[in-house]
Amino acid sequence: MLVQFLMSFIAAAGFGIIFNVPKKTLIQGGLAGAIGWLAYLFLVEFQFDQVFATFVASFIVAVFSHIFSKVYKTPMIIFSVAGIIPLVPGGLAYDAMRHVVQQEYTAAIELAAKAFMISGAIAMGLIFSEVMNQVLVKRIRAANRG
Amino acid sequence: MQKTNLKEVMEISLLAGKIMLENGAETYRVEDTMNRIARAFGVEQCESFVTPTGIIFSIDDVEQTKLVRVFERTTDLHKVDLVNSISRRISSGELSMEEALLALKQVNQSKEEYPIWIQVFAASIASGCFLIMFQGLWADFVPAMVAGGLGFITLIYIHQLVKIKFFAEFLASFVIGVTAYGLVIWDFGVQLDKIIIGSVMPLVPGLLITSAVRDLMAGHLVAGLSKGAEAFLTAFAIGAGIAAVLSL
Repeated sequence: MLVQFLMSFIAAAGFGIIFNVPKKTLIQGGLAGAIGWLAYLFLVEFQFDQVFATFVASFIVAVFSHIFSKVYKTPMIIFSVAGIIPLVPGGLAYDAMRHVVQQEYTAAIELAAKAFMISGAIAMGLIFSEVMNQVLVKRIRAANRG
Repeated sequence: MQKTNLKEVMEISLLAGKIMLENGAETYRVEDTMNRIARAFGVEQCESFVTPTGIIFSIDDVEQTKLVRVFERTTDLHKVDLVNSISRRISSGELSMEEALLALKQVNQSKEEYPIWIQVFAASIASGCFLIMFQGLWADFVPAMVAGGLGFITLIYIHQLVKIKFFAEFLASFVIGVTAYGLVIWDFGVQLDKIIIGSVMPLVPGLLITSAVRDLMAGHLVAGLSKGAEAFLTAFAIGAGIAAVLSL
């Protein structure tokens, strides 16, 4: 587990460097990615569906990114880009591609559909946290005014 | 407000928007920033319409509407962050027009946060880490690093040479496939699949996916859909590169 945490942290921070994020936000971006990846592993370990696990993980990454972006007053996207990369179904897409090359189209479509569902789950996770963020911000503003 | 001032406000807003759009900010953030800047300088009514390939901005009825075309989009979130903080300072009244324009011009000309060799190094380390995350063997760590690094160098180099992004991505994933295949054949690597999956990860269009979703949520259907299409094409180019290697 610790190895997985370290690896996902380094990978997410490495992605931060590829995307040229400011130096002071590298650590937080890595942290968001690592927490999301651990959540994903945890859920898969407990026999949850991959799609559901991806959804929850991307939600968590996005929530942390929102929190960091409020604290450090930087665009939220700086933290979330690196965090969601590990969740992208690269393995499934690769397997699907391999089946296409071997002309086993039925198996390929099955895998591609699953990869598509997982991509959708990533998007849904981002959307849910976005909605939550907007509702919360409105609440807080209303509370401050009243 | 005087007409000369309006021109300057327009110039500042457009420059800020252009920098943000060129460096990978979400479309809705670009519009929001431009409107904020204009309002901070006393413009009461302004409209901006931003798509991934261009900006249309108009102030009041007095000034002419302007259109800025954006041809090339890279990813440099550092610049997005800088412009964001400049716009915050403008909103709080800290910067005058001249200062704001100067600061934005500096940002526009500033270099990337990390030199290229550090980016390549980061890409190759990330490839190795992804291999382990996807339950690969430690023996494949270095092969994945080599393949991922080579792929990323190819991406940068070909993209400078040929301005077609998808072709660069196709070639990069092709190089990754060939490298991984060679390493496995000569017994440097063990699991071909895992090495390829790990090294391809740095090419994945993560930024496009995130900002496409955020744009769609903010109601920017045009921008969201076109970014989604770009992400899909990128994924397809990567897949095609790998498929070309596998079918050899």
